[in-house]
Amino acid sequence: MTRIKGLQELFKRYRRPGDIVFAWVFLVLSVFLLSQLGSQAPWNPKGKTFSQPAFWPTVAVITMTGFAAFHLLSSFLSTRLDGRWTEVWAWVRSVEYAGWFMAYVYLVPVLGYLPMTMGFAVLLGLRAGYRSAKVLRTLAALGVVIVIVFKGFLEVKIPEAAVYEYLPTAMRSFFLTYL
Amino acid sequence: MDALISGAGLLLDWQVIVALLIGSIGGVVIGAIPGVGAAVAIAILLPATFSLPPLVGLTMLLGIYGSSMYGGALPAVLLNTPGTAVNALTTYDGYPMTQRGEAKRAVALAYSASFAGGIISILALIALSPLLAAVAPLFGSREIFLAALLGIILVVLAHRGQTFAAGMLAAFGILLHTVGLEPVNYTRRFTFEQSWLTSGFDLIVVVLGLFALSQAFLLLSQPDEQPKATKLSGSVFSGLKELWLYKRVAAVSSGFGVMMGMVPGVGEFTAQFMSYTYAQKTSKTPELFGKGSPEGLIASEAANNAVPAAAMIPLLALGIPGEALTAMMLSVFYVHNVIPGPQLFQNQMDFVMALYLALLVLNVMVLIFLLFSTNILIRVIQVPTRLVGIMILLLSFVGVYSLRNSITDCAIASVFGVLGVILKRLNLPLVPIILGMVLGGIMEVKLRSSMPRVKNPMDMIDRPIAMILFALILIVIGLHIRTLFREYRNPPVNPDTDIHNTQGGGQ
Repeated sequence: MTRIKGLQELFKRYRRPGDIVFAWVFLVLSVFLLSQLGSQAPWNPKGKTFSQPAFWPTVAVITMTGFAAFHLLSSFLSTRLDGRWTEVWAWVRSVEYAGWFMAYVYLVPVLGYLPMTMGFAVLLGLRAGYRSAKVLRTLAALGVVIVIVFKGFLEVKIPEAAVYEYLPTAMRSFFLTYL
Repeated sequence: MDALISGAGLLLDWQVIVALLIGSIGGVVIGAIPGVGAAVAIAILLPATFSLPPLVGLTMLLGIYGSSMYGGALPAVLLNTPGTAVNALTTYDGYPMTQRGEAKRAVALAYSASFAGGIISILALIALSPLLAAVAPLFGSREIFLAALLGIILVVLAHRGQTFAAGMLAAFGILLHTVGLEPVNYTRRFTFEQSWLTSGFDLIVVVLGLFALSQAFLLLSQPDEQPKATKLSGSVFSGLKELWLYKRVAAVSSGFGVMMGMVPGVGEFTAQFMSYTYAQKTSKTPELFGKGSPEGLIASEAANNAVPAAAMIPLLALGIPGEALTAMMLSVFYVHNVIPGPQLFQNQMDFVMALYLALLVLNVMVLIFLLFSTNILIRVIQVPTRLVGIMILLLSFVGVYSLRNSITDCAIASVFGVLGVILKRLNLPLVPIILGMVLGGIMEVKLRSSMPRVKNPMDMIDRPIAMILFALILIVIGLHIRTLFREYRNPPVNPDTDIHNTQGGGQ
């Protein structure tokens, strides 16, 4: 007879190393927030319980702490998988790209959306390991297309760049409006 | 009938038609690229749709939502890599069919099953609309609070094997919603005397961080990959009629998709589980399931494609999103001052019908597009993953920065991006955070507004619908406890190691 799989078997969890590190961090954060409840979400002595501004933060933090404790316990009781710190290092590596993103954010209002997007795409392409001129040209072109579509056509709010002020008058207003 | 005709009239606007075209074709392409998915695309496009009329913006997002799973089936069948998370089950039978040399047949069955799921669910919704319009006004504050509570409980319990993680992340989402200046008494909550925390965490900033930026960080920090797939020879069209042989499985699976889509917090995975189990139990060849069974493939695709239309029901009728994508769409409604809920069904039925008809049209458009462009899509699938990462990073900037031109928002989104990477790599769910934020907000407002009429706890459930919802909450918790006892007696076989990665993180 053919065996029918259960939900858990059909969509398997695929536990990974490093789970316990995350569980510890989350529990410590939860306990810290729990310790701050009195000062950060104070109860009003006169109000009704369910209408208190502190009611939902209290429910949230207590629930977080309870579940985080059980999650840590379940991680603790599960079989240890090798590569815990390799996994944590993979998390840390992603912070580099958050840094790239924030640099892009800081520089757009200064150097302009179009030049920064083209430059950023190419630099990130180099960082990602692409060396072919064709790929880098494609990335620069991608930057142009994104700027034209979003700033030119969809008119999303991106502030005008300081550097555009130095452009000749005829070009300045075009750049300030569309690029 | 008047509302249907009036809704069709709303769709005839050229802007709506263009939005539908861009959304549906864009959705298929986005769904086909492993590592992008509808959530990333919708998160990025959300702020851009704020400047569009409500129906135009929503049609575009609905197009992406409804069509991404069609595209996601292609890499699932050809590469054993689901394009979107909900195509994971399609790999079980789709890829073995490809290995047997039946790739064209598998792709055609996936398309036709998706089409059947989409169309059946929309027709069911149009038929159900008068009933919904009659029932929706019976939902007051207490009922909506209980429905939101049921949604939160379901989203936690639906993550079987990860209930504790889902619970702590849902509670974290509720906490995120409460941070900042409380709107009634102007009390500061968890602001730590920081001015940037006073305005709280914007849902879109969190969504963009968790879904879009995290995916970009993940793809860029992992080794570059370029999937390889062989072209399909011959027309996919010839395979479409084969679905007729499996019409029972397609119809029942679509039915499960509709039912599970309507229940907040449950969604595609449970629908697929029920339809797959049904298909296997009633099949003449159950031993083929997991080894290239056409019925298994149809059960998976018909069920997941029936969910998007059904998921619009709690959103439109009650203002309660059942999963992350409808939670994102809720913000589009609010921006345009269209408040989903019972009033929408009573006063703007033509708008609701226009959305349903848009879904109907998009399914037809997508099927026609796929019949002629499958081989072009196969080339799109092969874009190197790091290039996709760069693209997502550039587009995420537009999404976050254009909201308020706030560097703080970008920094917050980056932090959530890193959190998203960790959760995806650990294969922990992101959806509970988003639903916690949205449903937490709804619960707070509705519980407070229901308090003047509640003198003792029993008043909370003294109306029929409130009583039913409360009973459902008890039943859901009871069933979960019963399942835990069963699993304790008969533990599942090796439940936490497998090649399938439901969150899209690396391995």
